[in-house]
Amino acid sequence: MTELKQVLAGMSFFEGMPEEHLDAVASCASEVAFDAGAMIFEEDGVADAWYIITEGAVALELEVPGRGHHVIQTVHDGEVTGWSWLFPPYRWVFGAQTLDPTRAIRFDAEALRVKQEADCTLGFELYSRFANVLAGRLQATRLQLLDVYGNRA
Amino acid sequence: MATVLEPIETNTMTPVPFRVARVRRELSDTFTLELEPPEGSFPFLPGQFTMLYVFGVGEVPISISGDPAEPEVLIQTIRKVGAVTRALNGIRPGDYVGVRGPFGKSWPVEDAEGGDLMIVGGGIGLAPLRPAIYHALANRNKYHNVVLLYGTRSPRDLLFGAQLQHWSARLDIETLITVDTADRSWQGSVGVVTRLIRRAAFDPDSTMAFVCGPEIMMRVTAETLTRTSGIAPDRIHLTMERNMKCGIGACGHCQFGPHFVCYNGPVFRYSDIEQLLTLKEV
Repeated sequence: MTELKQVLAGMSFFEGMPEEHLDAVASCASEVAFDAGAMIFEEDGVADAWYIITEGAVALELEVPGRGHHVIQTVHDGEVTGWSWLFPPYRWVFGAQTLDPTRAIRFDAEALRVKQEADCTLGFELYSRFANVLAGRLQATRLQLLDVYGNRA
Repeated sequence: MATVLEPIETNTMTPVPFRVARVRRELSDTFTLELEPPEGSFPFLPGQFTMLYVFGVGEVPISISGDPAEPEVLIQTIRKVGAVTRALNGIRPGDYVGVRGPFGKSWPVEDAEGGDLMIVGGGIGLAPLRPAIYHALANRNKYHNVVLLYGTRSPRDLLFGAQLQHWSARLDIETLITVDTADRSWQGSVGVVTRLIRRAAFDPDSTMAFVCGPEIMMRVTAETLTRTSGIAPDRIHLTMERNMKCGIGACGHCQFGPHFVCYNGPVFRYSDIEQLLTLKEV
């Protein structure tokens, strides 16, 4: 087992993933590092990758005309960021800027898309796991929208 | 289940005048009163509340937010939400307010000894939790990990900001803070408070959790703690808010299913009220 595959196997996102799929994903993965304040990807840029943060923190942000950059959510150790690579037109909806010196595992989107098309069971594995992440984020976003801490007096 | 009440002590119904020693502005709509007990001391347990009376205006239940080890001053943190709290906002040092109490069940700080303690606050919900934090830090050797998770609306809505900064710098309490919304100048976490749980270090089998905040936030937090983190429902405690009037379980204004919040609560085991939290009109 390669060192990177071993790292992936220990992550909750990949828990229970069959060996051959883990091999396929690991072959598209590389370790990357960013300084604090670095842009990992820019809003509306080409979504050519996705990431799992292994150390540090990343702010997902949106440029709001007249209001500047608005942070939607932060992502921390062990969490996935980037799902625009899953759906055409494969462009980032948010930008991602590091808050601290950050390490991550980068997954090459185009290479993974090719592998998924060749093996739909790999696609099912990945889409199921992303659906779980998306559901959690959606639920959290709904709570944020409720503005539960606002003063309704 | 019928609630059996103990005889009412009539002196608990008479407000005692306390002199206002200090008023501290916390947030745009939130302030803290420091009150001098006429008898020199006002012992209370973490999580208890008083009924504060503005003479000629009315009475409201307010949680105690001070240090239980310093009973010579009664500290209460208040948000302006209605006629009485707006009147309290106009109180100045030297004025008097009426106080009844302390009332209600406390956070089970002693039951939590020997294990991990997780404190989860949302918005002004940090105020009723602060006495438990003071207690845990003053008795630090009685707990393993102590974790404070705090969520609020935005960076400018951080209650007790200087104290949060102080606790964040301490090595004997893990403090994680998040806000619902922020611009780029905020270097901390953004997202709901439940997303902090997975980042905290605790042993679910030995953890006792105290949760206070808006009811929906407490419900979602308790669900996450039980379903995702594996903490047993009877080890999670929430503090409920209802229309408390008498403070002694006699008038029924604060009925919550089979409970009176002022008397059987305000601190409840999650396992005792879990079913009530999803019912409408309770």
